[in-house]
Amino acid sequence: MREKLESMMKKSIEEINAAESLDVLNDIRVKMLGKKGELTAVLKSMKDVSPEERPKVGQMVNETREAIEEKLKEAKERFEEEALKHKLANEKIDVTLPAKKIPVGHRHPNTIALEEIEDIFIGMGYEVVEGPEVEYDYYNFEALNIPADHPAKDEQDTFYITKDILLRTQTSSCQVHRMEEGRMPIRMIAPGRVFRSDEVDATHSPSFHQVEGMAIDKDITFSDLKGTLAEFAKEMFGEDVKVKFRPHHFPFTEPSAEMDVSCFKCKGKGCRFCKGEGWIEILGCGQVHPHVLEMSGIDPNEYQGFAFGVGLERIALLKYEIDDMRLLYENDKRFLDQF
Amino acid sequence: MKTSLTWIKDLVPGIKDVSVQEYTDRMIMSGSKVEFCTDLAKDIDKIVVGQIKEIAPHPDADKLIVCQVDVGSETIQIVTGANNVHEGDKVPVVLDGGKVAGGHDGSLTEGGIKIKKGKLRGVESFGMMCSIEELGSTRDMFPEAPEDGIYIFPEDTEIGADAIKLFGLDDVVVEYEITSNRVDCFAVLGIAREAAATFGKEFVPPEVPETGNSEDVNSMISVEIKDTDLCKRYTGRIVKNIKIAESPEWMKKRLRSHGIRPINNMVDITNYVMIEYGQPMHAYDLSKIAGNKIVVKRAANGDKFVTLDGQERTLDETVLMICDGEKPVGIAGIMGGENTMITDDVTTMLFEAACFDGANIRKSSKKIGLRTDASSIFEKGLDPNNAIEAMNRACALVEELGAGEVVGGVCDVYPVKKEEITLPFEPEKYNKILGTDLSEDQMLSYFGPLEIKYDAAKRELIIPTFRQDLLSYADIAEEVARFYGYDKIPMTLPKGSSVKGGISKKMKLERIAREVSEFNGFSQMMTYSFESPKVYDKLLMKPDDAITISNPLGEDFSIMRTISLNGMLTSLSTNANRRNKDVRLYELGNIYVPKAIPLTELPDEREQFTLGMYGEGADFFTMKGVVNDFLLKAGLLDNGKKAVYTPEMAEDERPYLHPGRKANILFEGELIGFIGEVHPRVLSNYGIKQSTVIAVLDMPEVLKFSEDAGTKKYNGFSNFPASTRDISMVVPKDVLAGQIEDIFDKKGGAYLERYELFDLYEGSQITAGFKSMAYSLVFRAKDRNLADTDVNEAMDRILKALEGTGVKLRA
Repeated sequence: MREKLESMMKKSIEEINAAESLDVLNDIRVKMLGKKGELTAVLKSMKDVSPEERPKVGQMVNETREAIEEKLKEAKERFEEEALKHKLANEKIDVTLPAKKIPVGHRHPNTIALEEIEDIFIGMGYEVVEGPEVEYDYYNFEALNIPADHPAKDEQDTFYITKDILLRTQTSSCQVHRMEEGRMPIRMIAPGRVFRSDEVDATHSPSFHQVEGMAIDKDITFSDLKGTLAEFAKEMFGEDVKVKFRPHHFPFTEPSAEMDVSCFKCKGKGCRFCKGEGWIEILGCGQVHPHVLEMSGIDPNEYQGFAFGVGLERIALLKYEIDDMRLLYENDKRFLDQF
Repeated sequence: MKTSLTWIKDLVPGIKDVSVQEYTDRMIMSGSKVEFCTDLAKDIDKIVVGQIKEIAPHPDADKLIVCQVDVGSETIQIVTGANNVHEGDKVPVVLDGGKVAGGHDGSLTEGGIKIKKGKLRGVESFGMMCSIEELGSTRDMFPEAPEDGIYIFPEDTEIGADAIKLFGLDDVVVEYEITSNRVDCFAVLGIAREAAATFGKEFVPPEVPETGNSEDVNSMISVEIKDTDLCKRYTGRIVKNIKIAESPEWMKKRLRSHGIRPINNMVDITNYVMIEYGQPMHAYDLSKIAGNKIVVKRAANGDKFVTLDGQERTLDETVLMICDGEKPVGIAGIMGGENTMITDDVTTMLFEAACFDGANIRKSSKKIGLRTDASSIFEKGLDPNNAIEAMNRACALVEELGAGEVVGGVCDVYPVKKEEITLPFEPEKYNKILGTDLSEDQMLSYFGPLEIKYDAAKRELIIPTFRQDLLSYADIAEEVARFYGYDKIPMTLPKGSSVKGGISKKMKLERIAREVSEFNGFSQMMTYSFESPKVYDKLLMKPDDAITISNPLGEDFSIMRTISLNGMLTSLSTNANRRNKDVRLYELGNIYVPKAIPLTELPDEREQFTLGMYGEGADFFTMKGVVNDFLLKAGLLDNGKKAVYTPEMAEDERPYLHPGRKANILFEGELIGFIGEVHPRVLSNYGIKQSTVIAVLDMPEVLKFSEDAGTKKYNGFSNFPASTRDISMVVPKDVLAGQIEDIFDKKGGAYLERYELFDLYEGSQITAGFKSMAYSLVFRAKDRNLADTDVNEAMDRILKALEGTGVKLRA
């Protein structure tokens, strides 16, 4: 009996090893383990075995069965593995073929620059506010220390609607609105569109954007202004950027300054980009003029602080090395797609 | 404002050895921003005075001559083509290895042209004789120079001398940006004072001696100011026995370095004093002044006056005039009249140095359309105390130059004398503003060179009248900061109360609009807020009431837009013309809706979210999908809420859209925007040849609903199986999908989870006037398996309602 089983097993293993397809394996299974299979036949013949021997024989039959099944399983896995390999090999693609075009839009460079500025100042606790583009003369000029006959009023080439209503020439008007609210302290930036009657050319546009900033509290100093704007310049243009504050004049700040940053292209050596100066003028700033505070109902003996104004297009043009301002308002897809 | 650096150094001798670079660097840091710095000699080199000893013809060229020229150290041979030189002439000679600035035709070469010895038609030449143009200047500046020829020096010029120095070209012209508050710096003396303070050196202004003979000018002329609001001060002095002549070389050099052409001694003196003192002066021929009298008064409306440029000007009552006993003789501060113009035979002259109201000069100059050197200085608003100083300086120069006999005394009408103001000295305030800790002494040390005096007993600062910009402690703090050094002030961050930053809800909604647009392939565009009134024609619209700009750049930029489509279509058109394929753009920008015309209050600025596209996939329903995405992300479509797209509108509403492909977008019954294909005639007006779809959302409306939308809530989902029913219908053509879906929504009951149109057919298989539509409806309960009866009841309600609209089920 034992010999018979061993030879059956040997034969099966040989057949399994020789099998070339899943079908052949299946035939082997049926032939050996099926209802009418050889091993099943051995089981059926158990009645001829003596009762003492039966458990032993039974165990031998089961072991043989398990061994064959194990072999069959192994073989089957081998076949499947090969089939999968074959299938995958056939599915090979040329990954260098062009990508499918999923249309994706692009943000305007002005907006990209603005969001960056906003994020920097929001991080320092500034709220972002807005004000009207069509504005009263009072908010655009008078409340900013630019009375009726002030030469600065002419310098700014204002578009007028009526005698008292104009297109704002600066987002500084937003300072006044915010101060009039009376909530203290103030940390705000006000981005927005401004207008000046400049003819369109590579560096001028009758409509452009500014970002105004203001911080008022009990003791905000000119040195805080320097520190804050230096921080801004570093975040905006890179850690190694240096800043320079030069005295300047704005009617609504005193002392006033202009801030230059070291040219981020040539690192201050002087190049075509910075016109050989090594420095690029970025913004105007200063301590809010006491009279401006007063006019908006803030006691300059109690509160003080700084304000600044950045030309958004100027930042965008510099940062993205755009050489003609007109591109910003033409909206050519080939331009916008680059941002 | 320009100054010659040599002139500044003469006034501040202590900075004689300061380099140009150091000068400009430090002036910039103390507030005199240097815009340009021009080294007049940068392109010229090795040029000396030479005397032509001998001229011989060139053996091989008719048009050339061979000269032997004594250049001091030696005699050299020079071949030239010039035909204006003679033996004995003294001329500028560029030596071998030197440079000239350009050609004799006046063309300049950046970096100059090197001159080397060489052969001209076989004859050796060791240098070049120059014309004034080759030196980089012009006959305008050196009128004595011949036209198209070599410059000839006066006979007494020293042979071998440095010609660059003789011409005054060994100088650097510095151009500053002077801010409007520093009127005193529109003068060489003002800049010199700043330079002295910047470098801490002494300022040495010119000494002005007493002038005048024993006569009294007041017996010869009287002055009356009728409009004292416009004329703060009028000073007049008289010069007689005038001897018109050339000015001395030192004066001509200084004038030239400021770009002013020397004319004759009297004209040159007035120009010289104008740049030196920043005080414009005028000179009248006294013999042409009637009645020995000057009257300063406003013109009458409609007066005509011929200025000395020969132009007739029309005046009005805001323009201030200088008149004599009978007639106007000049427009105050702007230009004199032809009638009193100085001519070569003048013998007696009236000098005027006055102070007019700056704003009025500015306005008059604009009104008349005449802006002169004088008016551009007057309009800044001058210090009346400077007028008399300038006048006396001019008279001193007249005597110094021997240009005439100055009559004694001054005719000075000065109704309200401008006095110095005082400000309390408040060092702690200055430190508090600046964030510094400077000592009183340190601060006071800055004031001396600025001529701000300190009264220690009263602890007061006395401000000189030429510093009209110093009015409060903040101004003084700036003076302290300027001379302590802006760069030395530390950098700190604000201390004190912490504050919360962030953006508004409106800005958050804009961010959503940008994100949705960009994920759908739309790029952000920006356009102007003003446009042409012709826009309405282009859009086939009746003109809106738009805000008109009173001083626009031109008609094309003259009204504030009331609709955002022109910007979008113009940009799409730009792209289409440049053959950019498949363009999708969006814009977030305002329209300006006036509450009344003319404006009495600010208009309603309504932000419009405008989308436009042409090319692949640019159809109505794609755009509708984008709009729905936006409304969904904005929170409007939560809890099954829907935007309604309705084609129902008046015949002439939205004429710029395709009449069969346009819709208003409503939310909760309110108009929030519109969508549609652009009308083909509008497209042709913009030169766009492809079908174009646009959508406009009125952001304030969307914001209102977005704010109301509240927080999103999780609603759970059902794990029970769905029951799906398909219905196929024959629908009258004029019944809209929206109406059918409305029935599903209303009659579908609680278990109707969703529905979907899966087939739409119009054509030959269907009876004319009908279309075939097939929907799949999905029912599901949250808490149990649905029974057939649940679904059947709902379907019965739907079908019954559909019957009422003429819809028939297909067999």
